[in-house]
This record gives sequence, C-alpha cells and structure tokens, in this order.
Amino acid sequence: MTDLIGWFTDPLQFEFMQRAILVAVMVGLVCSVLSCWLTLLSWSLLGDAVSHAVLPGVVFSYALGLPFAIGAFVFGIASVAMIGGVNRTSRVKEDAAIGVVFTGLFALGLVLVTLVPSQIDLQHILFGNVLGVTDSEILQVMILGSLVLAVVAVMWRSLVLYAFDPTHAHAIGISPRKLEALLLGLLALTVVLALQAVGIVLVVAMLITPGVTAYLLTDRFRSMLLVAAAVGVFSTVLGTYVSYHLDASTGGSIVCVLTLVFLVAYLFAPQQGVLTKRRQRRRRVRERAAERSAFAQHEERELTPVG
Amino acid sequence: MSVPVLPTIVVDGVRVAYGETVALERVDLTVVPGLVHGLIGMNGSGKSTLFKAMMGLVQPDEGKIELFGADPKHARRRGRVAYTPQSEDVDWAFPITVREVVMMGRYGLQGLRRRARPEDHAAVQEALDRVELTDLANRQIGELSGGQRKRAFVARGLAQGAELLFLDEPFAGVDKRSEATLTELIRDLALEGRTVVISTHDLIAIPGLCDMVALINRRIIAHGPTYEILVPELLADAFGGFVPQEALRLQEARA
Repeated sequence: MTDLIGWFTDPLQFEFMQRAILVAVMVGLVCSVLSCWLTLLSWSLLGDAVSHAVLPGVVFSYALGLPFAIGAFVFGIASVAMIGGVNRTSRVKEDAAIGVVFTGLFALGLVLVTLVPSQIDLQHILFGNVLGVTDSEILQVMILGSLVLAVVAVMWRSLVLYAFDPTHAHAIGISPRKLEALLLGLLALTVVLALQAVGIVLVVAMLITPGVTAYLLTDRFRSMLLVAAAVGVFSTVLGTYVSYHLDASTGGSIVCVLTLVFLVAYLFAPQQGVLTKRRQRRRRVRERAAERSAFAQHEERELTPVG
Repeated sequence: MSVPVLPTIVVDGVRVAYGETVALERVDLTVVPGLVHGLIGMNGSGKSTLFKAMMGLVQPDEGKIELFGADPKHARRRGRVAYTPQSEDVDWAFPITVREVVMMGRYGLQGLRRRARPEDHAAVQEALDRVELTDLANRQIGELSGGQRKRAFVARGLAQGAELLFLDEPFAGVDKRSEATLTELIRDLALEGRTVVISTHDLIAIPGLCDMVALINRRIIAHGPTYEILVPELLADAFGGFVPQEALRLQEARA
C-alpha cells in the first residue's frame, strides 16, 4: 500500500513533475470537454486536421519570437477556412478536402522546421514534452485553458443546440454559423494547448477518446461532459506517472491509458458494452429455453398416462 | 364585408439555382393563417428548396419572400417561426431528453446562457401536456416511437409560441394510429389561428389534413383548396406525367 502511495507521491518531490501534473490536468479537462462536441458532430477527422495544420504556425511564431500559441491558432483557423473553401468551391468532398489541406500544411511545417533556424525540437512538437514545460508554457496553458472553459461554461447550451439541430437555431434567429465559428475557434485553442502534453500526433486522441468513452456510458449530455472530463483528467495524470516511472514517451503513455479506459467502456459499459450486450442476449436465450423446457415438461406430465 | 387577412407567407417571383441546376423558377405563393397548407411534389421537384427558402436557409437568386409582411429574419428573431425536421435529419442517439428538446424552443427568448426561467419551465410543461408527452419527458429522445418523436418537435414549436410551423414529412415513419393523433394536433393548431406548412409526398394523408395544397414541379403547377387540386390531371403534371398510385386510390375513395 505504501508502495502504491509512494508511486504517486514520490515523483511529486520534483518540481518538473508538479508542473507536468498541473499541465496534464488542465489539458485533460479542456480536451475532454471539447471532445463531447467533436463526438456528437462527427468532427473527429477535423480535430485531427487542425492539430496537424498548426505546425507551420508554430515554426513562424518561433522565427518571429512570438508565443507559439499565436501562430498555431492562426494556422488552426486558416486550415478550417481552407477545408471549407475547397469543399464549397469545387466538387471535392469534405473528407478529401480535410486530407489534402492538413497533410499539405503539415508538410509545409516539416519543411519550415528544417529551413528556419530555431530552437524548435521537432520531437517535442510532434510527441509532446509535458515533463519539460517551462514557466511561460504553463502560463499559456492555464490562460488558454481557463478561457476555453469559461466560454464553454457560458455558451454550452447554445453549442448543444448547434450540435443537435442547427436548423432550429436558424429558425429562432440564433446564427448556427456563428456558433460553428465559435466551436472551431475553441477547437483551435484547445489543440494549441494540448500540443504541450501529447504533441501534434496524439492530440486527436485527447479530442476524441474521452467524449466517445463518455458517449458509451451515458445518454445525458451533462453526465457525458462530467464522465469525459473524469476520463480525460484520469488518463493524462496516470499517463504522466506511467511515463515517469517507465521513462517512456509521455504522450504515448497518456494515450495508452486513455485507450485502455475506452476499451473497458467499449466492452463492459452497462448498456452499450459489447460484452454486456452479448451477456444480455445469452441470458435472454437461456431464459427462453428454460421457459420452453419447463413448458415441455409440463406438457409431458399432462400427456403421460398415469399408471 | 370581409376583413382582408394579412398573409403569413408571400413568395414573389422566386428563382433558386444551384450552379447550373435551376431548382425553382417564377414561384409565387401566398399562404394565409388558420389553415394547413401542403407542399406536394416528387423528389427533386424543388419542394425542399422552397421549404428552405421560406425559412431563410436558402437565398433566392431572384424575387423575394416575406413572412408576416416583413423580412423573414424579423419573424425568426421574434420566435414566430418553428421547424419540425424530417426524421432522417435528426441524430436520434443524441444524449438529450424530450424535455430538453422542447426547452430548446425557448432559447431564442432567453439570455446568452439560455438558462431556463420559471416561465420557460411553465411553457415547456404546457407544451408537453398539450402533445401528451409529459410521462415520457425525461426519456432520451430516441426512446420514443415515430409519432411521439414528431409530437416532441411540435411541442418545441408550441413552447416557443410559434405562429408559423413548418413540418417536413410529418408522417414518415409514423404508424397509422399515431398519424391520426398527429393529424388532430395539427388541425387544432390551425384552428387556433396558426399557420401550418407541410412538405410531403405522401398523398394519402393530405385530404384529411390540408385545407390548401400547392403542387410543385420546379414551379407551382397548381395551388388551391385540396379537393380542387388533388385530381389526376394536375397530379400527372406535378409527378412528371405519371399519376401516382395513391392519387388513383384517392379518386376511388372519393367516388
């Protein structure tokens, strides 16, 4: 038992670990909240796209000496605008537009990283570096995270309205386009701050898996938010510890834990779980068989001549 | 002396094209309150486009549309317009309860946070009672039957206090008994002076439901009282020379 407690408390004597946990909690929370909308809107691929498309923005920011969140945000929004533009103005379908735009921007970023002299460690941008966050990065995560959470706290009902029935929003004079823009802006901000913890490649896991897991466990939006937040924070924190103890990739550890949580829900969720459903089916079959045999025995007794 | 009625909807010379494809051409239509109006046409007739144009989801290239004698956006902002979506346009697995769906009718009347006030709860309860869904109010929306789902969305329009209701294919996926309940509800809405506009290709349900019918095939083929419009000659026009089976059965039913 003391070992287990020590497993959690010992690393906290290091300041870098305290910072990492702080960042992990904020990133887990914000991503999970957004993931609920991404799940319900089928925007998973879009989340993946935005996370990759920010790379050139990160490089430009470093080159210009700006906080990298600014460049990343600009490119996140620009990628969404380009995807929408290509989709609307040509016969290219949305999934293809997403694929072309984000890989193109990501490739541009890769080229820029090698051309522009900077302190950027590509490895950190791609796979995260939560164990090595600086003070200014922590500040960024805290400010952006609080901003996203504050906006969601005010606007969540409208955003649910947009996700459920944008036509109704329009009919009652609430602009679905503005709500969509707001949600995309929040997505871009969230991607920017999640880069810190898990890196570009795995951000999409943080933006999908908590929401999907919660979706399997509840059919009320409020509880979906709470469950997703719990799953996200639990996974980022536990993943950070695992990464510390095993000296393994932090982003990778976080996403592994997250995926395991999903797997448990996928198999054992009280209503939606795959194994749960199978068990219920089997039980029904057994019950019916039992009824039939009881009936048959009854018939037999009735029909068998006594003596 | 008759008092002139202010029309709810005036469609004046509307043309809508998607690129090269012309969906609607020279469409004129006047819809008056207190009646149930049916828009009838086959798939691709421009029926859905006209529906969208009246709701302001599609902007006409030519002509104009007025709701309640003004630009449609004023009516929308004041909550006078409600919309009941087609079944296939709704995500029935969405984590939302019947009561929450109906509460969304109140969103346009609330502040930025859309927090429900006592009058909102009262309006939602009244609407639920009216469509007899109070017992099912806390169910997830997908747990309802086809007819109950439609009633839930009508309740949303009632909670909103809408005077103009658009119903897209209200009888799709609805069994016969629920269809009767739904028809009665819609008729009552018109009796109260509301305007109901229905888009459908289900001809069988029309005579018991609609007072006025407009046949659409890129333009208005005919518009008038139901019994004058649902005749084989006009229907053949609307359905591209082919008289739908239902029309013949309608004819027999009348004879």
